[in-house]
Amino acid sequence: MASSSIKKGLTYEFKKGLWTENAVIKLLLGMCPALAVSNSATNGLAMGLASTFVVMSASTFVSIIRRIVPKEVRIPTYIVIIAGFVTLADLFLKAYFPPISKSLGPYVPLIVVNCMIMGRAEFFASKHTIPPSLADALGTGLGFTWVLVLMGAIREVLGSGAIFGYVFMGEDVFTPWVVMILPAGAFITLGLLIGFINFATSRKSSKGACS
Amino acid sequence: MNHSIKMLLTLTVTAVVMGGVLAGFYKFVEPKIEENRLIEEKLAIMAVVDGIVDYEIIEVEIEGKKGPEILQLFRGVDGEGKLVGYAFLAKGPGFAGIISMMVGLKVDLKHLSGMKVLEQIETPGLGNKIVEEKFDGQFRGLAIEPKIEYIKNKKPFKPNQIQAITGATISCVAVVDALNNRIVIVLDVIANLESGGK
Repeated sequence: MASSSIKKGLTYEFKKGLWTENAVIKLLLGMCPALAVSNSATNGLAMGLASTFVVMSASTFVSIIRRIVPKEVRIPTYIVIIAGFVTLADLFLKAYFPPISKSLGPYVPLIVVNCMIMGRAEFFASKHTIPPSLADALGTGLGFTWVLVLMGAIREVLGSGAIFGYVFMGEDVFTPWVVMILPAGAFITLGLLIGFINFATSRKSSKGACS
Repeated sequence: MNHSIKMLLTLTVTAVVMGGVLAGFYKFVEPKIEENRLIEEKLAIMAVVDGIVDYEIIEVEIEGKKGPEILQLFRGVDGEGKLVGYAFLAKGPGFAGIISMMVGLKVDLKHLSGMKVLEQIETPGLGNKIVEEKFDGQFRGLAIEPKIEYIKNKKPFKPNQIQAITGATISCVAVVDALNNRIVIVLDVIANLESGGK
């Protein structure tokens, strides 16, 4: 199995997480943080980068110990590893980026249960050597990040008339759609986004099939 | 048998290693986290009391809901050591978790000089607007007698009223309730202190 991934190359492993196997818009993994903290572009970016750090560290670690861990206890082992790195990220944000830590609140510790990270450990890192695992994790993490930033930007613009905290539409010219920064707005944005992407890509591929 | 031991060993070693790494890292960042907390506390005190240059911390034991608790009162003074106001912490359950605030009280003990939210996990985009100037600025100079009140969707017309944030009434009520509860206790403590000749 390891050889097949090397044949495909590191660039392939990196790129697939960005689009064709994007965790949020294609695999529908990591829904909890994608819905919960995409209320502003800054939050989306911070959550995306924190998750990228965790998925990269966890995948590397899992890849190193993949031959030692008995398969019956692999899941608990992965959870301990992931939880450890999440706590590291949480402490790091608290110590050096207190405002971001505050705005993400309890969602940083909750990265532990992000199934995107567990998914990469179980489906990929446990079966591959370190370089492809790292490329795969980086691609997955950045793929997750751009979707969160995009969703955050859409919701922040419509819900607060701002982008990255910078208000460019005051309440006198634009009445913010409060629903967009509420949980309902997250479902609306994500649903329409995935729908639009599927619509656009399916049209493209069916056209290709005809010609 | 051998396999079970291997499983046990794997889990134990993983847990011990991760635990060790975390303990080490925590020791490393803990002073920084504590420092951030103290800086934030100091900035909040400086922001809520007018004309403050320095402050002293007075700790008083009071009767809380669950037995005795320590109340920290920050006594703000100006450059010449003259009393300019008090600051204290107020806490209360919000919509999602505990809201904790630093509150400034004027020397006349009848008006607030400011309020800053220190900790909250209210709904992002709605309840968490209680940290914004537009909301907490309303507490500057707010009368506390007979008690603080809130009003919805209208400009406040009484000196003891604030306007609640649209769509986040629970968070605003939580702030007002926590303040009202705490102010009663703090006024009592201050009365005791001042009559005690201090």
